[in-house]
Order: sequence, then structure tokens, then C-alpha cells
Amino acid sequence: MTANFAPPILSWRAIAVWRRNLLVWRKRSIPTILGNLADPMIYMFGLGYGLGGLLPAALPAFGGGSYIAFLATGTVCASTMNTASFEALYAAFSRMHDQKTWEGIINAPMALDDVVFGELLWAAAKASLSGIAILIVIWALGLTSSPLALWAIPVIFLTGLAFAAPGLIFTALAPSYDFFMYYFTLFITPMTFLSGVFFPLDRLPEGMQMLSQVLPLTHAVALIRPLLFGQVPELPLLHVGVLIVITVFCHWIAVALTRRRLLS
Amino acid sequence: MATPLEVIDLRKRYGGREVVAGVSFALQKGECFGLLGPNGAGKTTTLRCCLGLTVPDSGSITMVGEPVPQRAREARLRVGIVPQFDNLDPDFSAAENLLVFGRYFGLDDATIRTRIPRLLEFAGLTSKAAVKIPQLSGGMKRRLTLARALVNDPDLLVLDEPTTGLDPQARRLIWDRLQGLLAEGKTILLTTHFMEEAERLCQRLAIMDEGRIIAEGLPQTLIAQHISVSPSSLRPANLEDVFLKLTGHELRD
Repeated sequence: MTANFAPPILSWRAIAVWRRNLLVWRKRSIPTILGNLADPMIYMFGLGYGLGGLLPAALPAFGGGSYIAFLATGTVCASTMNTASFEALYAAFSRMHDQKTWEGIINAPMALDDVVFGELLWAAAKASLSGIAILIVIWALGLTSSPLALWAIPVIFLTGLAFAAPGLIFTALAPSYDFFMYYFTLFITPMTFLSGVFFPLDRLPEGMQMLSQVLPLTHAVALIRPLLFGQVPELPLLHVGVLIVITVFCHWIAVALTRRRLLS
Repeated sequence: MATPLEVIDLRKRYGGREVVAGVSFALQKGECFGLLGPNGAGKTTTLRCCLGLTVPDSGSITMVGEPVPQRAREARLRVGIVPQFDNLDPDFSAAENLLVFGRYFGLDDATIRTRIPRLLEFAGLTSKAAVKIPQLSGGMKRRLTLARALVNDPDLLVLDEPTTGLDPQARRLIWDRLQGLLAEGKTILLTTHFMEEAERLCQRLAIMDEGRIIAEGLPQTLIAQHISVSPSSLRPANLEDVFLKLTGHELRD
């Protein structure tokens, strides 16, 4: 039905949904933070020191620094992406489908648009927390010291939005949790390897390099890595613009598909 | 004050089937209006349309003075909803459910916190304030859902089969609470297929079948109109006799 595809109506009422999720999160915040931090840290130190130890201390391909510094800046982006995706897929699906939380919320004077918008902001906020946690570890290790690194914080939030929004589309379409396996194996995992997180993009074949330019993670890495190395990113407005367009477009589709699923 | 709810020629089609086929009714302030009908008669779809949770194909709905679905969100500010299936938030305790739900109405925390003790007492759950939802019995959940629907002190309460699945004790407690709310001047719209519930609570009722209202009026008038001789010599005719006469004896689900 075409009415479902009318633009989302954004309202500050969505904050009530955000606060609902915050109240749940606060009850188990410590284990959640540790859980979000452990996985990227294992990769970062395992590959960074293990693989990085085989390489010369300073390589031009890695921005003139060590491999672990290169990898750490990519890990900030990958970890933000993963947290936003898990929250927008598994956690949001559980609230929508198993717990019927969304149906309860729309019994109050809340529109479904408010629910989806609130979930989007929440997933991005939670993703920011895991991105910033790694930022703090990087800073504590002395891998970054530039004040420009603070600019990475709003970019992390924007990255969270750009991954939460497509995640919510899949949640609106998912018949069950099994469906999310496709999202991770077909989209998230390949993207991690094609966006310059583990190695520079110019190592990829030319066709793959073209493909990588349409992936949101590539644009997040292109902004966050230079900022953490104390450099102003090249073409910053292009990368920010791509992330914003992905967020707005995917959020629109997610709202439309959720309306179709729950309000028919 | 505006009419609590007015529905004119409501229609909703799913696939090839017209689930609601031209339903009209209006509630008067302070009354309990019952929508009766077998499973699949279109009661829940009618309610969902009234609340702005399903967009009808045609017809007009005005709830607490607001056009629905255009201004459904504003209308729901003054309406309390008890859905057919509980959707309490399992991540929270009973008291937290009331707090979080009150926030969805834009109420500030201080206002909600002053209301919570009264709402828990109303639901008979004062001692369960800190208990998580999965630990509550079916009857307790139902009472908490009813208390949750009152967090905004609504003018109109809409209840979809409020006592289905409850034991007789729990059912009587809900009836007692609903009668209390009517005495306070609230307007109630409820669906049910318990004739005893309809007879006890409803001033007026409508019997729905296959998407249409096939009879409407006071319970006693309906009995007098449709049943001339009681089917049993042991008791007077009741609403169930009317219901079965009008909707037939076959299974409906």
C-alpha cells in the first residue's frame, strides 16, 4: 500500500523509546560493555601484534605507522558497525517480534514512526559507545594523540546511524532470527574486508575497489582513520554525505516496511 | 464534551474478504458498550481501526473528538487500551512498566511516580511492584495491563476480550474494577464472547457476525425481541440464547 511509503514523521516523542532501551541497558551495562569490547580487542591485538610483528615497524601503506595503529583505527569503525547491526537486528527484532514491546508502545500516543526512529537513535548511541570504548583503548596505548581524534566521535555516531538504518529494514522483513545470518554473511562480513579495515584499499583488484566505494564502511574508515592519525580527511563532505544519504534512505524504507508489517 | 467514539460505515478488506463490512455505532459518555460476536466476526479489526492501529478502507471514525486515523496519536492521549494479548514489557518490573508507559504519554516522571502506588493498589499488585513480568500470573498480568491503561487517566477505555483465559476469581476481580471505573464516569468499549460479562457490565451492546452488526440494543430488549420462549424450562432466556440464535451453532474458528 502506497500510504505505508509516505515519508517518516520525525518527532521528539521518539526519545521515550530511546529512554526505554536505556533503562533496560543500565541494568546490565557492565557485562554489555565488556562483551562489546572483548571481541574487537581480540582481533586488534591478535592480528595487530601477531601479524604486525612480521612487518616492518613503519610502512607507507599503513599511513607511515605500525600495522596495529592502522588496524586499530579500522577496528573503531568495524566495531561501531557490528554493534549497530546487532542492536538493529537481533535486539530490535526481539522487542518487535517476541516481546511485542513495539505493539505495546503504539497503544500509547506513539506512532510506529516514533518507535522506529527511537530504535534508530538507540542503536546508533549504543554503537557509539563501543566505538568510543575502542577509541579510549587506542588513546591509552598511545596510538593516537591528536585533538583531531575528538572529531571522530560525531563520525562514529553517524556511522552507527548508517548501519542501524539498513539493519532495521532487515528486521522489518525478517520472518525469524535465522534470516539475519544472510545479512551478516552476505553484507557485513564481506564489507569488513572490502572497506580498508584490515588492509589498504589499493591492495584490492580494480573492480573490487569500485565496489568498495559504494559500501558505507569504506566512507566511515575514510573519515575516522585520518582523524585518529591527526590528519584532515580528504573529501570529508563526500563521505559524510554518503553516510547521511544511506541513513535517510534506509530509515525511510525501514519505517515503510515496519508500517506494512505491524499496521495492516 | 465530545462523543467518546463515533463510527460510521466502517469497512476493511483483507485479500478478497471484507472483514468489516459497513459497521456503524456510537458510544455515549459514561456507558459501557459491548461488541459481541463469534471468533472472526471482525471485532478486533473494528477496534484496531478505531484506535488508529489499522487503516480502514473507508468509513469515518471520531474518537474523543479527533478524526482517526489522521489524528489517532492525539486521540490516544485520552484513551486507555487493553489489548487482547498482553504486551507488558518483560524487561521491567510491574512498577517500571507503569513508569515507562507513562513516559510514552509525555508525562514527566514526578507525575507518573505519584500515580504508580494508586495504580498498583487498584490492580492489587502493591506487593508485586518490584516483580518482573514473567514472574506474574495470567490474572496479575491482566490487572497490570488494565492499570497501565489508566496511567494517563483516560476518558475512554477500550478493552479487547479483557477476561479471556482468566479463571472465575480473576474474571470477577476485573469485572469489579471495571464497574468501579464506570461509577467514576469513564466510558468503556469492550469486546467479549462471555455473555455473562456482557450482561453484567454493558448498558448497550451490539452483536457482530461476518463483519456486520446484526443486532443492537439493551441486553434485556435483545432477549425480549429475539427469544419468545426460553429454550430450557429450567431457566429464563438469556443473552447466550440470543447470541446462538443469531449467529448459529456451528464452530467459527
